[in-house]
Amino acid sequence: MNIKEIEKLAELSKIDLSEEEKQSLLKEIDSILSYVSDVQKVAGEKTVPIPGPHFNILREDSDPYPPEMFTKAILENAPHTKDGFVKVKKIL
Amino acid sequence: MPIDLEKMTIKDAREGLVAREFSATELAEAYLAAASEKDPEIHAYVEVFDDVKAQAKKADELIAEKKDDAPALAGIPIAMKDNILLKGRLASAGSKMLENYRAPYDSGVTVKLRDAGAVFLGRTNMDEFAMGSSTESSVYGATKNPHDVKRVPGGSSGGSAAAVASGTALAALGSDTGGSIRQPASFCGVVGLKPSYGAVSRSGLMAMASSLDQIGPFTKTVEDAEILFQALRGHDPLDSTSLPETRLQEKKEGKDRYTIGVPEKFLEQGVENDVLENFRENLKKLEQAGHTVREVSLPHIAYALSTYYIIMPAEVSSNLARYDGVKFGLSFDGADLSGMYKKTRAEGFGPEVRRRIMLGTYVLSAGYYDAFYTKALMVRKKITEDFENAFQNVDVIATPTTPSPAFLLGEKSGDPLAMYAQDIFTVPANIAGLPALSLPCGFVEREGKNLPLGLHLTAPFLREDVLFSVGKEF
Repeated sequence: MNIKEIEKLAELSKIDLSEEEKQSLLKEIDSILSYVSDVQKVAGEKTVPIPGPHFNILREDSDPYPPEMFTKAILENAPHTKDGFVKVKKIL
Repeated sequence: MPIDLEKMTIKDAREGLVAREFSATELAEAYLAAASEKDPEIHAYVEVFDDVKAQAKKADELIAEKKDDAPALAGIPIAMKDNILLKGRLASAGSKMLENYRAPYDSGVTVKLRDAGAVFLGRTNMDEFAMGSSTESSVYGATKNPHDVKRVPGGSSGGSAAAVASGTALAALGSDTGGSIRQPASFCGVVGLKPSYGAVSRSGLMAMASSLDQIGPFTKTVEDAEILFQALRGHDPLDSTSLPETRLQEKKEGKDRYTIGVPEKFLEQGVENDVLENFRENLKKLEQAGHTVREVSLPHIAYALSTYYIIMPAEVSSNLARYDGVKFGLSFDGADLSGMYKKTRAEGFGPEVRRRIMLGTYVLSAGYYDAFYTKALMVRKKITEDFENAFQNVDVIATPTTPSPAFLLGEKSGDPLAMYAQDIFTVPANIAGLPALSLPCGFVEREGKNLPLGLHLTAPFLREDVLFSVGKEF
């Protein structure tokens, strides 16, 4: 790995890193990856195991909750709200 | 009957409460007094609830009304790990990110315990987002081991283990993704159970690695662990990985004596000499009790830790994407939306959490996905098959819970790989979804202090009953 890759990972992870932390993460992630890479030796060539029989565990998409039943409880934890909505920064 | 917190078990408390030898209020007051005396030094709790006596009073009314028919945990004081939601109360997962987060709903296990009449004492300290083996990475500071306050209680559920060990809670709940119940139970000299994957609801447990996480109890005795497990287990429609009742209720044939398998080759993995000696003595003890001990082969188990440190961070990076400063938790302003995310996540997450998110993002990124994540899934399958094969010949598999007794505060906090190696004997059960128990099995001396050790037992899927049978007479 190199510092460019660490910066790309930080971008994908949406985490600001200091220069110092980039350096220490480079060292640590490198050593962890070299430790865990031994799975490659024993994994074999077969593809990923296919999951067993599966069935729907979700409820039927009917009988919705009445509007606003949980709105207040959920919004109480939101850092920024406006008129019963979560407020976000401008995207476009 | 005087209340002796040192020796009190759930079973004793139940008997005392139903016989009206003491009230739930007196029992709760005894624990509150113990917490205010001992916890300033141990720091097992991040919060002792201010309504404990009111909860106990309700339990007293319930016991007065129902007597012997009162629900199983009426008046039993229990502490909860800080990543399990109790409606209306703070739940921080030991993180600055959620320091002021108030749970809008109850977790599945909270509902179960409340319905059974339990009294919630408070929330216990933990490694940030349950990532760690020492309870040092909490935003609230470290918890100390009650057997030697210079040492860690283990982690990530270190607060729960230390509360039970120091007698400031009768029992506690924790969560276990790679050993976070069993390793601290071992370090603190108490019993810790990680149930089979899907046996206990994960609804309202802050997700770390969803294919590995399970909630389980800390208690003084195996019998108490069984009582709590019975109260916690059950299908929950709010957890999509919760097993159906038909599966959970399947009748199990117990045995009088069991065959205990020992993966001899696996024990060569850096176990300290006196820990191994203690383990051998305990195997003899099991043989003397009439069980059979034999060697068992688990060819891929040496790769369990590597497999774990790929799958777990992958799931962590995905699960922790929700902490973005928009819907709940800490929020820092930035130049734009992306800047706000980055600043919030940099300020809100500690170093170990950031490290695992980065690592998980790497193993899931295009180009490395097949080389790491896919391979880890394949090895996971092999490890699971190893256990299935081994359980053709043995009923339960025994190892030490940890390679060493509790280490010193700060000893491993600068070395992630040394900290990860703590999980060597505990991760395989999470990888394969199996139930596993750590029970106190003696002491070794370090720097003049006697430190507890744990015996680790793993059973086939949904065979918690085997763990309880072997464990109870140990």
